[in-house]
Amino acid sequence: MTRKHIRDTSWNITLLLIVLAIVLIFLPLYLTVVIALKNPQEMAHVLAWPQVIQWANFSRAWDMVSYPQKFFNTFRITVFALIFTLITNSMVAYAIARNRKKSRFFNFLYYYLISAMFIPFNVLMLPLVKQANQLHIDNIVGITFLYIVFGLPMNTFLYNGYIKALPTSLEEAAVIDGANPWQVFFRVIFPLLTPINATVGILTFMWTWNDFLMPLVLLSKPDQQTLQLSQYVFQGQFSTDYNLAFASYLMALIPILVVYLLAQKWIIGGITAGAVKQ
Amino acid sequence: MGKRKKGIAFAFYIMVIPMSLLFFIFHTYPFFQGVFYSFTNWKGYGKWSLVGLRNYIHIFSDPDISHAYEFTFFFAVLATCLVNIFSLLLALGLNAKIKFKNTLKAIFFLPYMLGNLIVGFVFNYIFANLLPPIGKALGIASLSVNILGTDNAWAGVLFVTVWQSLAFNTLIYLSGLQTIDRDLYEAADLDGAMKWKRFKNITFPLIAPFFTINIVLCVKNFLMTFDQVMAMTGGGPGTDTTTVSVLIYKKGFQGAQFAYQSADAVLFFLVIIAISLFQLFVLEKREERFE
Repeated sequence: MTRKHIRDTSWNITLLLIVLAIVLIFLPLYLTVVIALKNPQEMAHVLAWPQVIQWANFSRAWDMVSYPQKFFNTFRITVFALIFTLITNSMVAYAIARNRKKSRFFNFLYYYLISAMFIPFNVLMLPLVKQANQLHIDNIVGITFLYIVFGLPMNTFLYNGYIKALPTSLEEAAVIDGANPWQVFFRVIFPLLTPINATVGILTFMWTWNDFLMPLVLLSKPDQQTLQLSQYVFQGQFSTDYNLAFASYLMALIPILVVYLLAQKWIIGGITAGAVKQ
Repeated sequence: MGKRKKGIAFAFYIMVIPMSLLFFIFHTYPFFQGVFYSFTNWKGYGKWSLVGLRNYIHIFSDPDISHAYEFTFFFAVLATCLVNIFSLLLALGLNAKIKFKNTLKAIFFLPYMLGNLIVGFVFNYIFANLLPPIGKALGIASLSVNILGTDNAWAGVLFVTVWQSLAFNTLIYLSGLQTIDRDLYEAADLDGAMKWKRFKNITFPLIAPFFTINIVLCVKNFLMTFDQVMAMTGGGPGTDTTTVSVLIYKKGFQGAQFAYQSADAVLFFLVIIAISLFQLFVLEKREERFE
């Protein structure tokens, strides 16, 4: 029995997975890096490492797409959407989770928000864009605001599942000590939400940083565009200057690669927790 | 229920009402507006009048729309099958007794982090410049030209979509597989169960809920396919790879078909609701059977 428990490492599978990782994941990434570092004359042997690294590709792409501007646009959208999503959406979910049983109003809100999950963005996008134009929220501030509002159904669902399982005794103790609902939420509940905040935070970050459709339809002015959108907008101007294009793609990928490298375990854990709850 | 308001502090109402109102104004209201416009002939500018069900009747005889629906379903079904087969295999591999488990897991999850658009652009280059010489050398006619410019463009878009979606679904299967007690396998080993039988009778029933999640999420996501198409083919060649989402975007914003595409969007919404409900119903039934 005991011998069967300790099975040997399966080297066949390890090897197969390593080969797959190299061919499917590293090769496209290596290609992106190597093209970004070359000049057009070296493109005949695409996979070969460049003889002289062409840093100029990056500075040209940097100027062409106004990288700092696009980066900070995306950065601002992501950071503000993240902060306000965590605070407002968890607060809504908390009030709903704690009062659903007692009140038809809160119960109705729960079903209202959850059923909105079934409405895909492209179904309301045409009228929304008209509305956004009229209200002049077709800009960075407006899109940030829309991310916070549109995340509500999904996040209410995620938070609600988590809050439901929290014991109410801590809150009751705080109420007896004279705390009002705001204090209970910010001092007692919010700190307890850290694991689910991580999940919601990561999902919001990924969504707002990588989103293409909402910026495409809402951010028409060049100075408002995000990193993803600018790649699309400049696609025509890169034309066949692949080195320039790939330098630009690489610069757009680097921030998220850095984040992933630093917080990889945390990201995988958070996303798994969120997905399994769905 | 009589004393239902008594126990609820006013603060709780303040917590929910502003956000819910904003949600109504920016989500529910545009949705109903879209439904309303679908009964008009508005181009997106200028005058309009009510036309009743004319848009809806027109939709069913519009080759552009029926082609977009056909392609979207074809694409979503294929992508869902391929992603689930490969991600389950990958998850089984990652769950086996292997070395560098966490590193490999992190590497295979990487594509999920990357923006769809840029991934699409990188693969554009691969399809246009790297694959044709290889295709020629191997004598495969369909690969010796840029696949995205041919009748097989869908296969290119499909490949990239699957490549990117594997990561997330693998992660879900993996977390399912990790809930399975290893003793169960050992008991099966003692009984001399073959690998396939072991998978069919033990592994799969135990990860059935994760299979349900994956199928539901996949179908929903792939029916919305937009980014990859915009990055790789723009819906072409011709309208070959135009999905419903791409059609709504292109014709609704640029084709002066605001009202008409609103009707298309409403129809799409109904289709998605029907599919989601059907899936939840069927898959939950099936899960119950396994339990």
